[in-house]
Amino acid sequence: MWSPSSPAAATIPDVGRTARIPLPALAAASLVLVTTALVLVFFVAPTDANQGFSQRIFYFHVSIAITAYACFAGAAWKAFRYLSKRDPRADLESYVCVHQGVIFGTLVLLTGSIWAKISWGRWWLWSSDQLVLFLVLFLFYCAYFMLRFSLDPGPQRANLSAVYALFGVVLIPVSFAAIRLAKDIIHPVVFTLHGPNFGGWILVTYCVAQVAMLILAYTLYRVELAGKLLDGRLRELSEVLA
Amino acid sequence: MSYFRDVGALARKDLLLELRARDTLPAMLLFVASVFVVFHFALPASPSRLATIGLLWVAILFTALLGLGRAFVPEREQRTMDGLVLTPCDRSAIWLAKSLATLAFLAAAEVVALPLYAVFFHPIGGATVAAVVLADIGICAVGTFLGAMAVATRARDLLLPLLFLPLAIPIVVGAVGASVAASPARYLGFLVLYDALFAVVCWASFEYVVAE
Repeated sequence: MWSPSSPAAATIPDVGRTARIPLPALAAASLVLVTTALVLVFFVAPTDANQGFSQRIFYFHVSIAITAYACFAGAAWKAFRYLSKRDPRADLESYVCVHQGVIFGTLVLLTGSIWAKISWGRWWLWSSDQLVLFLVLFLFYCAYFMLRFSLDPGPQRANLSAVYALFGVVLIPVSFAAIRLAKDIIHPVVFTLHGPNFGGWILVTYCVAQVAMLILAYTLYRVELAGKLLDGRLRELSEVLA
Repeated sequence: MSYFRDVGALARKDLLLELRARDTLPAMLLFVASVFVVFHFALPASPSRLATIGLLWVAILFTALLGLGRAFVPEREQRTMDGLVLTPCDRSAIWLAKSLATLAFLAAAEVVALPLYAVFFHPIGGATVAAVVLADIGICAVGTFLGAMAVATRARDLLLPLLFLPLAIPIVVGAVGASVAASPARYLGFLVLYDALFAVVCWASFEYVVAE
């Protein structure tokens, strides 16, 4: 017997409860911003004197990297929220954050690899701190999925996932320091990228690309979260009705 | 002080079990010796100190993984974990005791492995020994924590290396750096920092790993 006041119904998460900005608006905003960023990157930003046209990938590479960090930080924040509040929704949000972070992290590896090939003639460079760090993080967060999917849904899975996601934010600075340290022993720094001379259109383009990537990630996060919540709700409904 | 009494009792239980069953330590010793022989044939003739010291750390890491994989097996097979969680002690004591027991096994394995390395390949300096001590602490603290996580999953032993190796990369950097650099202080300091940071994180969050 199903009634709105039954305990099973009370656990069903409300899909639209915390949706502050409607999804269509977010999707439209990310479409506009990403298009603007593309136009700025390819037509407005000045060509780099040293690296030429290929330097334009910098705007995507860096902004995607920052977005991936934001996703991992968001995952840790949601994990912390889960551990303190025991809200299953926070666990789901943490998982979706990690998922988006891994997607953007993979893009960092791809764009970095392309940039390395064009600039230095090789697909992979151990001397690039960012690339090596993202490789470590990629391995670390892929293991997160292995961990999560070899546990049955429930409080234990949520607990372990949350603790592992919190380990991630500790690992990021420690790994970064380690990679910096390792450079001194394994090989000296070969390439020093001249820090982009931030100013004028370069700064504008970078900022637009950065905001575009963040909004895009948030939109994807919300889409995935809505799908997952709907999925969970359907399953609970079918259990209640069965 | 009852906290440390609990830790002592739990660690003694593990050491006593090992003393009677002799499951883990002989396996670790045999493994590390075999790995050295494999390295001899994998490396070119008369390999440099740099190459062999790197492989020493690979051997230590994998030997530790062998021990860490076994750490929670008795708890799983004899369902001791439920009893441990129900005992009126702080849950982090379980982690600390298990880490200390694993540390004892790893140290015992290294007491044999390091002289063996010196005989087979190159002599070992004081900085390397200091790095081994500091790295062991980090390996056992993080590894035991992840071992407790892995044993709760379906994949079990398969999962531990996947969870552990990305977290062990900073340990390898610090340890190899301390072994080969002219001034190892920076690397040893980094290892101390790693140990302290992750010990605190593990100690604070172990409760959530064993909580049902």
